[in-house]
Amino acid sequence: MSAGLSLEQAPPLSVPLRFFLSAPLFGLAAAGLLLWLGPDALASRWSAGALALTHLLVLGVLTMVMCGALLQMMPVLVGVRVARPRLLGTLCHGLLLLGTLSLASGFLGAGREAFRAAVALLGLGLGGFLAVMGLGLARVAQMQDNVRGMRWALLGLALTLGLGLLLGLGHSDLGLPLWRLPLTDLHLAWGLLGWIAALVAVVAGQVVPMFQMTPPYPPLLRRWLAPGLFALLGWRSLAAGYGLPLAQLPVLLLAALWATFALLTLRLLARRRRKVGDASLDFWRLGMLALLLAALIGAAALLAAPAAAATLGLAAALLFLLGFALSVVNGMLYKIVPFLVWLHLQQRLATRIEVRHRIVLPNMKSLLPEPRTRRQFHLHLAALVVLLAAVPLPALLRPAAALWLADFALLGLNLLGAARRYRAECRRIDRHPDAVSGSPASA
Amino acid sequence: MLTDFLTADHGDCDELFAKAENAAADGDRAVAQAAYAGFEAAMERHLSIEETVLFPEFEARSGMVGGPTAVMRMEHGQIRAMMAQLRQALEDRELDDFLGLSETLHILIQQHNMKEEQMLYPLCDSTLADRAQILLERMQAY
Ligand SMILES: [Fe+2]
Repeated sequence: MSAGLSLEQAPPLSVPLRFFLSAPLFGLAAAGLLLWLGPDALASRWSAGALALTHLLVLGVLTMVMCGALLQMMPVLVGVRVARPRLLGTLCHGLLLLGTLSLASGFLGAGREAFRAAVALLGLGLGGFLAVMGLGLARVAQMQDNVRGMRWALLGLALTLGLGLLLGLGHSDLGLPLWRLPLTDLHLAWGLLGWIAALVAVVAGQVVPMFQMTPPYPPLLRRWLAPGLFALLGWRSLAAGYGLPLAQLPVLLLAALWATFALLTLRLLARRRRKVGDASLDFWRLGMLALLLAALIGAAALLAAPAAAATLGLAAALLFLLGFALSVVNGMLYKIVPFLVWLHLQQRLATRIEVRHRIVLPNMKSLLPEPRTRRQFHLHLAALVVLLAAVPLPALLRPAAALWLADFALLGLNLLGAARRYRAECRRIDRHPDAVSGSPASA
Repeated sequence: MLTDFLTADHGDCDELFAKAENAAADGDRAVAQAAYAGFEAAMERHLSIEETVLFPEFEARSGMVGGPTAVMRMEHGQIRAMMAQLRQALEDRELDDFLGLSETLHILIQQHNMKEEQMLYPLCDSTLADRAQILLERMQAY
């Protein structure tokens, strides 16, 4: 009976934090690469630079944060029991980090050995993560909408990973070079929509109503968004694979689905009952606006003449990755990191009976001060606007890259500030004059 | 059934919390203080209902004394300590401190509620199905 029920507190802080602190570094690498390559990088989505950039961002930033957050949340909120969280976290993080670097260097010309290493590292790292999470989720007794949604998102990651590994083997001269084009298309569609967007939708269904105090999402949407998404992606994959007619229709329906989700979320956020806003809320709003625009522009790209279609497609892709996914992830980090730091400090203090009532811990807002998070939001917004302007005006690409560099640097510094504050507060607790030296009172 | 009642009660507490926080954000200390007192009373009632009615019943039936309910009781302690800090901030007329703390309390309560609503309450509903009516009446009369 107790299989699905572990309400123990979270894994050690270092487990999620190493994922969260690595993400801005990959962002810096991506922005630096864009600055270095300049307008050539985005000339074609098949260019080596574009592929390296995309994977630094999608694996190194987005998937990095999402894996860290899932390792943290699943045991606490869904009741998935993760054995040896520290070991799993260390392995998964290390493999994902090295695998992403190998893959990016492979795209940038490091040769087939780099692709082989990437296939092995990412296959093990993400495959292991999926195995642990999948097994855990399969054992959860209560089937709430968020558990269902989580399973779909992990299935999306599994399919994306599988396709990616096939493609990686192709780059390693071990695989199926003839299929590369359709496989890349599927890999892209499943990765962006079946994994990233699907996971954001699950998370939003849970956290938007709770933390912003909005009305809930309509049950119909919560129940059927993920299955509907997967049906459309499947339809599109089959239509592409077998050259079926109406191959465009599922894509238009996918755009309609995500536009609906974005509009609905914006409407819910407008009806929230807490007045106090923060940078995190602004990131969510921006993210949903960008998702709406990405869906509309993506649909327009499908119907436009080929010359315009490439430009519109690029704009939609940038809006999706940097405007939508990155903004939402950024907004989530600004809630998760200060709360986890606070929670772990609280727990540390609770075991020190002798000083428990003499130390006042900093609250979340002082761990991650609002002016700093707000400043990074403004930088993020500016970087996005200039980057979009660079789609028709390539001369703006390097200034845009410089803004992204600053954006990721500030995000990293903000998160690092909270982590350093954690250390300082730990020392303050341990070295308090009334603390019994070196002996944490054990329960 | 128990899930529905207790989840709705979480929602009522949230409403009172938002009222206090919104007033503090508007700089209206008197309204904030009155609303906050209402919130704290409602929250205290909710926590006590769980600790004196629901948890003992669940612990007796399931035999799990050191399990999920122990974690929930510990978190109740954290919530109470935070609530006292917020009350103090209002008494000291420190609205900025209050708003800094309110975010922390809000997330603390929400993640706690999430665990209860997702896991503990459904488990209580299935473990205590035959006692649900009696328990519900005791909770409503509390
Ligand atoms: Fe509770």
